[in-house]
Amino acid sequence: MDARVLQEFRAIVGPRGLISSPEELRTYECDGLTNFRVIPLAVLLPANTQEVQSIVRVCHREKIPFVARGSGTGLSGGALPVENGVVLSLARMNRILEVDLPNARVVVEPGVINLDVTGRVQPQEYFYAPDPSSQSVCSIGGNVAENSGGAHCLKYGFTTTHVLGLEVVLPDGSLVHFGSKCLDAPGYDLLGVFVGSEGTLGVAAKVTLRVVKRPECIRTLLAAFPGTNEAGAAVSDIIAAGMLPAAIEMMDNLAIQAAEAAVHPNYPDCGGLLLVELDGPVAEVESLMKSVDELCRKNGAWEIRLAQTDHERMLVWKGRKAAFAAMGRISPNYIVQDGVIPRTALPQIMSEIARLSRETGLRVANVFHAGDGNLHPLVLYDRQIVGQERAAEALSFKILELCLAAGGSITGEHGVGEEKKHMMSQMFSEPDLDTMQRVRCAFDPLQLSNPTKVFPTPRLCGEKPGEYVAHPLEKAGIAERF
Amino acid sequence: MLGTKPIQEELQAIVGAQNLRPAIAGDAICGVAPRWVVEPENEQQVAAVLAAANSASIGVIPRGGGSKLDWGNPPKRADLVLSMDRLNRIIEHAWADLTVTVEAGCTLQSLQDALRQHGQRLALDGLWPERATVGGAISTNDSGTLRLRFGALRDLIIGVTLALSDGTLASSGGKVVKNVAGYDLPKLATGALGTLGVITRAVFRLHPLCPTTSSLTFAPSNWEEMQKLLHSIQDSKLAHTAFQIRAASGSPPQADILFEATEAELAAQTEHLRRLLGSASATDSSSTQVWQARQTLFSSLNEHSVIAKFSVLPSDIAKAMQWIAGVFSSKHSSWHAVIQATGLGWLRFDVDASSLDKGLRAVREQFERASGSFVLAPRPAFLYAFDAWGNPGDALPLMRAVKSRLDPQNTLNPGRFVGGI
Repeated sequence: MDARVLQEFRAIVGPRGLISSPEELRTYECDGLTNFRVIPLAVLLPANTQEVQSIVRVCHREKIPFVARGSGTGLSGGALPVENGVVLSLARMNRILEVDLPNARVVVEPGVINLDVTGRVQPQEYFYAPDPSSQSVCSIGGNVAENSGGAHCLKYGFTTTHVLGLEVVLPDGSLVHFGSKCLDAPGYDLLGVFVGSEGTLGVAAKVTLRVVKRPECIRTLLAAFPGTNEAGAAVSDIIAAGMLPAAIEMMDNLAIQAAEAAVHPNYPDCGGLLLVELDGPVAEVESLMKSVDELCRKNGAWEIRLAQTDHERMLVWKGRKAAFAAMGRISPNYIVQDGVIPRTALPQIMSEIARLSRETGLRVANVFHAGDGNLHPLVLYDRQIVGQERAAEALSFKILELCLAAGGSITGEHGVGEEKKHMMSQMFSEPDLDTMQRVRCAFDPLQLSNPTKVFPTPRLCGEKPGEYVAHPLEKAGIAERF
Repeated sequence: MLGTKPIQEELQAIVGAQNLRPAIAGDAICGVAPRWVVEPENEQQVAAVLAAANSASIGVIPRGGGSKLDWGNPPKRADLVLSMDRLNRIIEHAWADLTVTVEAGCTLQSLQDALRQHGQRLALDGLWPERATVGGAISTNDSGTLRLRFGALRDLIIGVTLALSDGTLASSGGKVVKNVAGYDLPKLATGALGTLGVITRAVFRLHPLCPTTSSLTFAPSNWEEMQKLLHSIQDSKLAHTAFQIRAASGSPPQADILFEATEAELAAQTEHLRRLLGSASATDSSSTQVWQARQTLFSSLNEHSVIAKFSVLPSDIAKAMQWIAGVFSSKHSSWHAVIQATGLGWLRFDVDASSLDKGLRAVREQFERASGSFVLAPRPAFLYAFDAWGNPGDALPLMRAVKSRLDPQNTLNPGRFVGGI
């Protein structure tokens, strides 16, 4: 990088806020998806919004692409650096700025850790609802970029439901505000577009969140089924009975084995394990839990446990939350995939995944947010065996194709990022993607903010479109346009 | 345009002569009279109509049931009303997946009737459901009392197809409730007043209907007491579905709470509420009529009636009522309001032209200073020159950029939205 520009960056963030030595830069070469790696020119750690603005202004002037990064736990390569670009780490901007409980609002900087928001309001029995499995380390800024979900979004909604206001540094360095502490601010819902845009529209510098009062009681039921089809049928019956549980999670036998090996949650050894959480007023939850119990038994559950205390609940959740990492216990390498299907397509998808697994000889463990049809197939492989990594990747994308064929999506919560951008044109038509890119051009005409992510091919933003201007020959009546 | 057929002929070729008619007086939008009304029957025709209108540089006003056509500013140009009446099919109710795909011209009532057959609903109690369409409700970001529990339309919409002014048909989102692939354009279309594209279809997540409900009404002695109770209810573990406050000039406020739960739970919730209320006693509302209060504000509007939608922090609701009373409670004026516990409220006031402009400016300023907003919906003709929206904030240039990328010639609803968009 140009020494003059580097000097300018150093002047903005101070020597401790700039990382430029090759060995230190390696720390930032990837995020949670480790099979893509790019070493950035520099990593900048601004301490406040003004510093973010100053950095982005320099990037804009010098046309240096930048990638904002929270905790780097993303699983689709969203925070992967881009060639000849810089990384903007928001890790130092980690203050909780305001807690306004009468209005259930909390204002934070983007580097604040997800679980710390709940930690702050817990004494008054509030919580921040979106709970990605990485919530003890992932940042709110990253959650905003990815529109993170989690097990409890079935009932409570995703990040976008819980973000009311944003202060954003646009890719030209200007500062704008989307939404407000109040609802329905006049104008376009740019907040709705920004949340989940995977860092391609600018950098969030301040976030106003909504927190929720903790329900009167929470009960978690664990049910062991012969297989995932039976468990899936129970889920359908629960939904058809008009219940909206706080979470419904499913694990297949391989996932149970891995969780058992890693954190010993003492799950029953079965073909399909269901975890159903209900919350709300005591009488209601208890009567509904009785129905859930019956529906599980009706569909062949042979063991049912009910966690009543916080401690028991924690044990039940422990295995589920550790499921991805637990794969390391049963396989040297694995790919985490994230697809969505209409929930009713579950039996069909499961049998096709089993068929693909047989055909390729690769084991696939399955962990789902079963209530909303979000699948996390984990494709297990061994990098040491020549060709297996490629075969595993191919299999994981095949599964996404199955999701699309069933009317689903290529990602429910991990984002498109670097990993799945080539699949966007299978999910969306050319005009669909072009329309999204027109919106991107409005935010970032020079395409500097995380430029290579999400879309399969960049769109040239061109001149700012305006009123139609007739060609001089047209004006002179010499030529016509049709 | 040079070398092109007259626009009427082009439109007729797209939709058939019987589906293009000259506009009549009732088609006017805030006093601006259009020339034609076109009624396409499918989304390809909608796109083709837009492309033709765009190249002929005429202004297009998309219209659903026409129930909220007087919201927003008067259009700068209104040549063609694009009626979505004929796009009224429910394409797919995937009841087991709790989703529905519906064309934009379907009325809220027909949609809810169909969903009810499977014990489900779109968790939106919009205005005039028998007339209002899905597309119109999305475009105006309408929401009623269910918002407290289920969120706004932005939280219920999971997919949208838009016809852009250049004839592009673009879909975003999808048919599954959980999906983060691509930009969330369903949210961009929500509340955009049809200025970015014409919504041709939408996909929603649904909720189960609850068979047993109960409503309670209570009346604290003053606003201070009301604000205190509002806080203690919102800060409690009460599981209510809706909570509104009804207010009027010269009378004390009343509040209504809706519970949707099992029979046994309703009793427990009622008991819980009574404990929270203390001395303020609650009465059972035998009818659900109280939940029509917002719509009732709009009944028999006259040439002096204004309706405003306002937004404040929940903790500022009592204060906001003072601002309103301070401006509108004079000897010859009266007002009525319905405020949700979310801080969103609807205000009706009947006044004459004289000091109105100054009063409106003053009250809007108070809301905006408290991070809120004060937006005019229907209003008398003498107020058309008064901007409906107020200050859209520092993101206005970006909003203009988004508009100019999606509708560069300003064909759709020109001049009706914030900042002259």
